[in-house]
Amino acid sequence: MAERAIMKGNEALAEAALRAGCRFFSGYPITPQTEVLEYLSWRMYEVRGHMIQTEDELTGLHMLLGASLGGNRVLSTSSGPGFALFHEGMSYLCGCEIPAVLVDVQRLGAACGGIGVSQGDYEEVVHGGGNGDSQCIVLTPASVQEEVDLVQEAYDLAEKYRNPVIVMTDAIIGQMMEGVTLPDFKEHDINKYDWVYRPLKTNEMGKINAGWPGRSWTEQAKHLREKFASMQQNEQRWENVQVSDADVVCVAYGISSRVCKEAVKKARAKGVKLGLIRLVTAWPFPEKAFAEISKECKGILVVEMSIKGQTVPDVKLATKCGLSVYGYFSVDIVPDADIVVEIAEDIIAGTAQEV
Amino acid sequence: MLKEIICAGFGGQGIITTGILISHCAFETGNQFTWYPSYGAEMRGGTANCTIKISDEEIASPLAKEIDILVAMSAPAIDKFEANLRPGGYLFVNSSLVTDRKYRDDINVVEVNTTALAEEAKNPKGANIVMIGALIKRTGIMTFEGCSDAIEKYFTEHGKAKFNDANQAALKIGYERF
Repeated sequence: MAERAIMKGNEALAEAALRAGCRFFSGYPITPQTEVLEYLSWRMYEVRGHMIQTEDELTGLHMLLGASLGGNRVLSTSSGPGFALFHEGMSYLCGCEIPAVLVDVQRLGAACGGIGVSQGDYEEVVHGGGNGDSQCIVLTPASVQEEVDLVQEAYDLAEKYRNPVIVMTDAIIGQMMEGVTLPDFKEHDINKYDWVYRPLKTNEMGKINAGWPGRSWTEQAKHLREKFASMQQNEQRWENVQVSDADVVCVAYGISSRVCKEAVKKARAKGVKLGLIRLVTAWPFPEKAFAEISKECKGILVVEMSIKGQTVPDVKLATKCGLSVYGYFSVDIVPDADIVVEIAEDIIAGTAQEV
Repeated sequence: MLKEIICAGFGGQGIITTGILISHCAFETGNQFTWYPSYGAEMRGGTANCTIKISDEEIASPLAKEIDILVAMSAPAIDKFEANLRPGGYLFVNSSLVTDRKYRDDINVVEVNTTALAEEAKNPKGANIVMIGALIKRTGIMTFEGCSDAIEKYFTEHGKAKFNDANQAALKIGYERF
């Protein structure tokens, strides 16, 4: 039976993975995602799965790769500095077409940075998944409930496309508590798929060979192009809030999108027609969401906790550079709904500066 | 109706747990809520704090600039957050530690001698629960019965059912004296 509970985002994510049938975790703790390992350290045992704290993130990903190849639903989680070490494994997962669910709970800054909230990993996660034409699907939850819902969906997507799926969240969504409804437990049959590696049995194992395809690169390229195109066509997810008549449309994800939702309410209360496109997938980028924008729209306002405004190029592509794009990039401070409204008013008045 | 609350005090005073208990009360009384902690260098000695938002509607950001209620268990907590209170807001002061202090005159100040009341309730570790009792009585944001059930459920689920009677006594004394 579905259960209501109070949980932190990180714990809810871990519990949701178990309820989706995940029975293997390998990875390494790092703030602000440590609650995932802390939770699984006792909870994985209760569901008779395996939780291994590896010596580093790199090993975590490679151990997970083997477990997934054996048919398990697998999980590894990290944050910025640790997620950087995921990339070799991500490339292997993509190259060998092995499903996996990975998580980046974003934190502040390059290098070791700080443990506070930020959204500086967009380009790394969305466009820099690994060498050799790697591409992951990227989901961006904005609440504890959505952590639960999207983790469940991540496993289905990972298997549907035989591709890693990344859940990209942030220090606030990961560490805040909200009430959630947890889904029922699903059984996952590790022999469900014919591509699963089975020792001493005949299968197409020869085709899973460290990223070297068991066919010509021309054929492999055609296959992957078709797979990526299918993801782009079928897996865009977004939430539009009062977009159709908006003079200014915010584009945001995660914690920033929650602030924008509040800003839309505040703006509308004073007659400013503000809307919001909230990304639920960052890859594929939800281009379809932009079709609802009216011809009278004065511009797009990208709200993101980063230095560069990393969503901007994707927004420009989605609008075919047909709309002015403005930015509010708050880096280490959660954006302020009142400032979002002020900038929207400046855009309408023609006094704001484009990015 | 959105209510924004900050609980603050010294690290180790059970401030984070107080916020969690208030969250459970909100949840069990049918409200939406968010709870967000402030961790880090503030963990020991300095001011630990957490922000709770309670509403019957979807809550945007879990952080608060202006607040309706401040639960202050220490003097530095008042220094840091009194200015954030909206006019007409409530400041619950732990008067077991903080005395002889001037406050803003556009807010409601409720001085709660948490230590003495907790001892009177025969629950010397229940100072925070006394505070919650006073809070729900004076602000009326949640019912006593709802909070009583929520707190009992919380401690039972955390394997501390043996403290249920003492915790209920602490909640009740806080509620009845204010």
